[in-house]
Amino acid sequence: MKKKHHITRRKAIIEGVGALGALLLTGCIKKAPPTYGNILRMGDALTYAAHRALLPGQSLVKEYQHSDISAFPATGTTNPGDPINRGDHKIPYSEEYARLHKASFKDWRLSIEGSVARPGAYSLADLQKFQSRTQITRHSCEEGWTAIAEWTGVSLGRILNDAGILKSARYINFYAYDGYMESIDMLDAFHPQTILAYGMNGQDLPIAHGAPLRLRVETQIGYKSVKYLQRIVVTDEFVDNGDNGWAWYTGI
Amino acid sequence: MTDLPQAIAQSHSKRANIRHRPWVRVCHWIVTLSFFALTFSGAEILMVHPRLYWGDAGNDLTPALFELPISRNYQHGGWQKPEPFFKTASAPVSASRTYDIFNKNGWGRSLHFLSAWLLVITGLVYLIAGIVTGHFKQRLWPHTSEFSASVIRKDFIRHLGKMPVSADGERYGPLQKYTYMTVIFLLFPLTVMTGLAMSPAITAAYPFLLKMFAGAQSARTIHFFAAVVLLLFLVVHVVMVIRSGFRQQIQAITWGK
Repeated sequence: MKKKHHITRRKAIIEGVGALGALLLTGCIKKAPPTYGNILRMGDALTYAAHRALLPGQSLVKEYQHSDISAFPATGTTNPGDPINRGDHKIPYSEEYARLHKASFKDWRLSIEGSVARPGAYSLADLQKFQSRTQITRHSCEEGWTAIAEWTGVSLGRILNDAGILKSARYINFYAYDGYMESIDMLDAFHPQTILAYGMNGQDLPIAHGAPLRLRVETQIGYKSVKYLQRIVVTDEFVDNGDNGWAWYTGI
Repeated sequence: MTDLPQAIAQSHSKRANIRHRPWVRVCHWIVTLSFFALTFSGAEILMVHPRLYWGDAGNDLTPALFELPISRNYQHGGWQKPEPFFKTASAPVSASRTYDIFNKNGWGRSLHFLSAWLLVITGLVYLIAGIVTGHFKQRLWPHTSEFSASVIRKDFIRHLGKMPVSADGERYGPLQKYTYMTVIFLLFPLTVMTGLAMSPAITAAYPFLLKMFAGAQSARTIHFFAAVVLLLFLVVHVVMVIRSGFRQQIQAITWGK
């Protein structure tokens, strides 16, 4: 049995290439969000620095009454497992998501990796065992519209602590089944209203809104609230996937 | 052609003991630049969602105050059948979008905020300098006599007739003072405040902004109207500059001559 753990040259090469590939996949790693010499990204960086320097840390966003709940458009990806979308590279299709959806997400697991003492995989039932938080908040889309909904879930900070987040951690990266990726800093990650939501308006989170689990970052614009969560990677440095043309920090 | 306009200009510049101060000239052109960038990017942002609302929530599935036919997103109707969230009558609904909307907000929003930084920083410098140097008190605050209705009426009629060519040596007229004061102390601060009232992080720290403008969408609507009034001001401003000697006025605000 011990032979299994021997590091042969062939294995070392294969694993080395694999690790390099993984590194290329996740992109370059940097200390802070880069500006790419782009004046627009410099403006975004100024906004980020100013918000962090001037705003009192972790103020709570306004919470609304149940009667304030409004209609809520589902935009962006509205079902990564919809076979109609297969072949259209603008709308990503995930066979794995379709399979998990078919089994009512019983086999779905949220993987937590990176700078944590206890990396692991959480099922929906695991997440629902933690103390829940319900909040009625306003979603601000970058397009200009807003919508109010009630979200139920578990505080992201609670889960990160459960996984034993390391002191060196600086960024939390979210990967979704539709191929989408976003990251936030520690201030937003441990904001009391930043939750991993499995419920919306008193029901299970609908497919169109990111079932079975989505992120809610209430202090930023809607596109930071990643739908269809697959895995969370905690990193000590900024994971740079290149300039996608959109501001990384969108508290404004 | 005679040298008459030049002669008038010369006679004006001779008694021109009040010139545009250097910091006024610098601020004027930086604000002009940022205002154009804000208008351009603001129009792009509005095109992505050309609907305006009142209150805190507003989207394609809720009624709008009004809609502007300014992009292909106008009444696009690309939605799946709405499904209610609750089993009650007139419950709020959810619907999935099926339409590939026009959206250039990636650069639109970032350009808007970058130029807003330019406007806010320059605006703050201008306000502080205006108070410290007595600029507002000396040049913009109306004289006691200029509060009277007859003086304002007279000034209005004067604007309808032929205007003399004048450089910056002239004192501002009462209507000019009122207009500049409205732009500086009401319209620009209003656009900035309503802009901030749309920010989730800033309204979390300063919730009075949401109360002040009756919600994030109301703030967006007021932001739009304040911008429209500023654009109207720009048109009138430029017309007046042309009518009172374009070359002289541009030189005065640029080089201080």
